Amino acid sequence: MPVGLGHYLAVSAILLVLGVFGIFLNRKNVIIILMSIELILLSVNLNLVAFSASLGDLVGQVFTMFVLTVAAAEAAIGLAIVVVYFRNRGSIEVEDVTMMKG
Amino acid sequence: MIATIGFYVFAVILLASATMVVTARNPVHSVLFLILAFFNAAALFLIAGAEFLAMILVIVYVGAVAVLFLFVVMMLDVNFAELREGIQRYAPVGLVVGLILLFELGLVLTGWHFAPSAAEIRMSPTPTALSNTAALGNVLYTRYIFLFQLAGLILLVAMIGAIVLTLRERGTARRQRIGRQNARQPEETLAMLNVAVGAGIDEIGILRPLPGPAPAGAESHALPHAAEPH
Repeated sequence: MPVGLGHYLAVSAILLVLGVFGIFLNRKNVIIILMSIELILLSVNLNLVAFSASLGDLVGQVFTMFVLTVAAAEAAIGLAIVVVYFRNRGSIEVEDVTMMKG
Repeated sequence: MIATIGFYVFAVILLASATMVVTARNPVHSVLFLILAFFNAAALFLIAGAEFLAMILVIVYVGAVAVLFLFVVMMLDVNFAELREGIQRYAPVGLVVGLILLFELGLVLTGWHFAPSAAEIRMSPTPTALSNTAALGNVLYTRYIFLFQLAGLILLVAMIGAIVLTLRERGTARRQRIGRQNARQPEETLAMLNVAVGAGIDEIGILRPLPGPAPAGAESHALPHAAEPH
């Protein structure tokens, strides 16, 4: 790896903080929250790939693939729930989601 | 040297676009910046030597997930300005939490080192003779084949779940009912008429009775079944 491991870790740490910050900032908009979750998962992937390349162990990249799979499934399900919720409620505000409780 | 410069360029663009994702006013812009972030992350993967994952990132995230986000954002008719109302209220809390998190991560990042035996306990050391894709396939399809199948199962469940959640039956939709089609007899829909020579279509009223005052003689010849609603 031509670039040091620490650089990768710093970038992914900042990316994770940005994702968490996005969740706090857009507390009403479910779509932006889902995008922030994607950013957090991306930072995790970046961490895994950096460690995998630095250590010379392929398992990190295998695990990254699984994280990618779960992220894609999560995005699909989350957006489907958003669409159904919007149909029933007419808005996507997070604070109204309490109507979904049993 | 080139790789280092490229790393910094891509990393800066990645972080800037991630910032724009969470702060953009228009969610469509957020999605587009998300796509930019994914492209730059793929470039970082390339620099790290994970070519296969870089391509997968572009295909899966940019090709599927980001387009899905774009589709949903454009399909839902949401008043997005209303959703941004409390943003000044939430920003300080988010900043405080983010800075604390960044500080803690910085503490972690500055105070760690590899274990001395880290090189020996590798599960599957990267082979030097193979390309990244071939090496990844060798590991993924042998030792991790069950996890790989499980990942496929997760995707299947997600697909079925998304379809079940969003499928809705509309009362006005016209559907094909095959049983009814098969049970249909010729007598229900066909009537054989003896048409007098020289009688025009207007006089007989072929297919359905004419609206309003029918011409003389048309009523008796009109086909009763053709006008029935199905």
